[in-house]
Amino acid sequence: MSDPKWQPRIVAFFCNWCTYTAADLAGVSRLKYAPNVRIIRLMCSGRVDPQFILDALALGADGVLIGGCHLGDCHYAEGNYKTARRFQMLQRLLRDMGIEDQRVRLEWISASEGERVKTVINDMVEQVRALGPLGLPQHREDWDREMAHPAGPARQDEWAGQRAEPEAAHA
Amino acid sequence: MPEKPKIGFYWCASCGGCEEAVVDFAEDILGVLQAVDIVFWPVAMDFKKKHVEAMPDKSIAATLLNGAIRTSEQEEMARLLRRKSQYLIAYGACAQLGGIPSLANEFPREQLLRYVYEEAPTVVNEAKTRPRTSSQNNGHTMTLPEFRNVVRALDQVVDVDFYIPGCPPTPKITKAAIGALLEGKLPPKGSVLAPDVALCEQCPRKANKPADLSFTRFQRPHQVVIDPNLCLLAQGIVCMGPATRAGCEAACPGGNMPCTGCFGPTSRVQDQGAKILSSLCANMAAKDDQEIRAVLAGIPDPVGTFYRYGLGKSLLRRKANLPVETAKDSP
Amino acid sequence: MNTNPKNGAVRIGFYICHCGHNIAGMVDCAAVALHIAKLPGVAVSRDYKYMCSDPGQELIQQDIREHQLNRVVVASCSPLLHEHTFRKAVAAGGLNPFYFQMVNIREHDSWVHTDRAEATAKAKSLSHAAVCRVRFHRALETTRVPINPDVLVVGGGIAGIHAALTVANSGKKVFLVERDPSIGGHMAQFDKTFPTLDCAACILTPKMSAVRSHENITLWTYSEVVKVEGYVGNYKVTVRRKPRYVNEELCAGCLECITACVFKEGKFPDEFNVGLSKRKPVYIPFAQAVPPVVVIDPERCLQVRTGKCKKTCIEACADRHAIDFSQKEERVEVQVGNIIVATGFKLFDAKRIPQYGYGHFPNVVTAIELERLVNSSGPTAGEIVLRDGRQPKSVGVILCVGSRDLKTNRWCSRTCCMHSMKLAQLVREHTGADVTVFYMDIRAPGKGYEEFYDKSLKEGIQFVRGRVAEVTDWAMAPEEEGKLVIRVEDTLAGFVRRIPLDMIVLAAGMEPQADSQEVRRMFNMSCGTEGWFLEKHPKLAPVSTFTDGVFIAGCCQGPKDIPDSVAQAGAAAAEAMALVDKGYIEQEPNTAYIVEADCSGCKSCLPLCPYTAILFDDAKQKARINGALCKGCGTCVASCPSGSIRQNLFEDEEIFSEIEGVLAYV
Repeated sequence: MSDPKWQPRIVAFFCNWCTYTAADLAGVSRLKYAPNVRIIRLMCSGRVDPQFILDALALGADGVLIGGCHLGDCHYAEGNYKTARRFQMLQRLLRDMGIEDQRVRLEWISASEGERVKTVINDMVEQVRALGPLGLPQHREDWDREMAHPAGPARQDEWAGQRAEPEAAHA
Repeated sequence: MPEKPKIGFYWCASCGGCEEAVVDFAEDILGVLQAVDIVFWPVAMDFKKKHVEAMPDKSIAATLLNGAIRTSEQEEMARLLRRKSQYLIAYGACAQLGGIPSLANEFPREQLLRYVYEEAPTVVNEAKTRPRTSSQNNGHTMTLPEFRNVVRALDQVVDVDFYIPGCPPTPKITKAAIGALLEGKLPPKGSVLAPDVALCEQCPRKANKPADLSFTRFQRPHQVVIDPNLCLLAQGIVCMGPATRAGCEAACPGGNMPCTGCFGPTSRVQDQGAKILSSLCANMAAKDDQEIRAVLAGIPDPVGTFYRYGLGKSLLRRKANLPVETAKDSP
Repeated sequence: MNTNPKNGAVRIGFYICHCGHNIAGMVDCAAVALHIAKLPGVAVSRDYKYMCSDPGQELIQQDIREHQLNRVVVASCSPLLHEHTFRKAVAAGGLNPFYFQMVNIREHDSWVHTDRAEATAKAKSLSHAAVCRVRFHRALETTRVPINPDVLVVGGGIAGIHAALTVANSGKKVFLVERDPSIGGHMAQFDKTFPTLDCAACILTPKMSAVRSHENITLWTYSEVVKVEGYVGNYKVTVRRKPRYVNEELCAGCLECITACVFKEGKFPDEFNVGLSKRKPVYIPFAQAVPPVVVIDPERCLQVRTGKCKKTCIEACADRHAIDFSQKEERVEVQVGNIIVATGFKLFDAKRIPQYGYGHFPNVVTAIELERLVNSSGPTAGEIVLRDGRQPKSVGVILCVGSRDLKTNRWCSRTCCMHSMKLAQLVREHTGADVTVFYMDIRAPGKGYEEFYDKSLKEGIQFVRGRVAEVTDWAMAPEEEGKLVIRVEDTLAGFVRRIPLDMIVLAAGMEPQADSQEVRRMFNMSCGTEGWFLEKHPKLAPVSTFTDGVFIAGCCQGPKDIPDSVAQAGAAAAEAMALVDKGYIEQEPNTAYIVEADCSGCKSCLPLCPYTAILFDDAKQKARINGALCKGCGTCVASCPSGSIRQNLFEDEEIFSEIEGVLAYV
């Protein structure tokens, strides 16, 4: 059922001090790895709200990678411990919701581990490729077909206050 | 004499509790009845669908629709009432969020039907008869609505103007909403008609809630004798209060039980379950993987606990790999 | 280059940089610019060769004016490199610098992928995300954090000493903390230093003395840093001061107590002489120790261990009463604005290469041991002798012991070639022995170093190119009897040789200190893969770390010789002084804040902040964040179960729109 041209799409949340820097180091060292990952920069892996992970999956990501400092080394002392705990519970939740473990992955990568960025990304892309697309937006479209007509006008934007146009800006 | 505004009530996939909530106004119900003209209320009055169809579009001032959308008939009625109503208000957790019925989104439809019609301990159905959308009997065709694969919140089917939260909404919340409606003092479209802060603000147990909460274990209400004065989270019981809108004045904590989240999240949160997960985990004491696992084992069913009312409107909405099957019609 | 007519409140200028060939060689920049031009809100979309150059920056400024831009996105290299540059450029163009977002399509795209189509698709996707995100940016102001003018220097080797003196000479107060009883570090143990063959003590002791007498330096030896709290400009450091059992103010350094000690002779390995001689429980590390105060070893002193001793030391010190067995460990807190870490290195344990026989054959010594033998204040008063007291007639020096070795340490320890040649010259000078140096490569890059190598050759020191396979005492020929034999492939001659020698010297390499992981965590630093403290940038920021206000200098950052250690120490001092002189640091405005109306007072956030930036307002029954203490990690933002805590620069809607953006383009 999946498109033969399908490529895994993975959204990554990397912490500024360790993993993002390691990814920069991988670049400076001209290491080569799979192009399927899109990195979003945050200051700390502790900023990774589980909502971000679920939103990425819901919007079509086939996998989500979270990168932070090794435990004990967080630039902000303890942010990554929170991430570690959230990740364990989230993984159980995702299993109950039919999403495979390999799709959401937490890795501790320090600033000097450029090589690890490459191996983790390559490894994860292959694992997700083997699993196939998660395709939640496509699923939603398939589900909605069961309704006599598609669900009327644009679905209620639950973020009516914030997600719509930002306040008018001044130069 | 100005015409009284027309009001409608309808119920979809619901337990009837929201209808009770309206009836529960007790003496106040008379005040409501005097101010409005109820034109449709299947649980209490004899108006038929054809009466609604005959009304001009937008002639009903407001319809309070409760229950989740699970069948084709409910979809049809939702669309009909949408056309005929100026304001369509999702009443109660099921209409707002999918409610407890939306926990069914964890299972394939086939599994549910098989359990209900064949496997449940009290069922005797050797012929394995299932409800069918159309069947013949004595030359008559009888129809049933189609039972959808996915449980939906009201706004996943039609455009919704306001939400009155709760399972069920409290009399106070309902009265305030209807009052606002009658006075024409409504907030922007899409608002939830309840305060936009978490329940803790209204909870009497907040006063002695410790400032250094750090979970070393989680317990379920039946596993412990609950201290009626202490914050439930401080007793290791998962209370959804911090992640749930206020408005009910902490009815459940007042009854010595934890909040289970029926008012849904604040407007700033997209996924209530994800946020309570984030908060509870951040406040744990354990640092070691095994320790963390052991503590989290105290929450055996994360979906049922964190998304008890809100699975239908959560970011994932439904278990990922479930099929969508077409109905089995009779030959 | 595309422009759209004015369309809506947000007007975004998008710029994609070619970076010469670095990006354009793999990413089709023009195509990306074309794609972005079609997005809502994009007023200008350009590609340009070098955005960070002056003309590139001027292009942005010009467009801000001419096209009334109120948002700017630049897709180029890593924000860690140039975010600051472009923010300044945007500000110079009259727009608040935080209306700017940067996209990394070089380190994260063009440099790491090989397929042009994929790399271009990725660039489009990341740029799209940034354009979505930047719409939600708001004007922000940086805050200023004041800097405490005092500086802490950790480590009293040559680097720490030089850093402390440099800072103190500028009039600022310095705390110098050293774990050993005396400052001086490894350099104090050297005899002469290359390439000038200066006497190490002669050039070091004046500096040590200057530290002691400097009015701006508080010297705490026999002390360790045990806790560091706070952040740049406002560090609170706890120092553990170990008890010497000797009052530093009262001790005159006469050493009578040592003579009087109940131990008639030294019994315990003398650390300064690397175990080649023995000391008593009461001792002075070396003659020129600073402070010139004796110290009592608590693990060896009878009085401290058992309480039963005649205490002849106290009798000997009757006039001055300097000995005080009631001393206890003290914890002192200091407040400083900057910290310079100069904790040095440790030597590779040569026993880890058993085939060289160290610890097994008595006449296999390490270079530092030979250094002590050569030194006139050493255990043999400068006589280079074998263990049995004879003078060696032939000496072999093996280089790269524990360096450039896949089995032990991969790196080059940088100083061994030079110090080995120095020792070779000194040995020849003192004894006339034949000296052979066994090398893989000779590294002599510094000023005067090549000439030093030349001098070594001219003095008749032999050089054999080959990795020594083993040192053995198994004689296979009469001339090998009673000697140590080196077996080596002489790669230039082309055959394996057996070379009999009296003494073998191992040039053991440098390693990070044993506790470097604990130490770096304490100062919130990272280590590189090899264990050396990590600098912010290997070329452009070798003495700063990723933690503002913490600097590194000397061998703790990586193996280096004395000139480079001193240079780094000066650099670290200058950077610290620059912060102190400025008086403040500009805080990135990525702090979290609580919207009062939204907060329910659930108290869930209170225990989360390691900087105690979150407080509870009892009167209002709501939580509040002290922006001056907040470091911007965002952990509380992710945790707030009602979404009432927000983070500047990393707002939920900014990140959600970025997620939407990276997934929008297939």
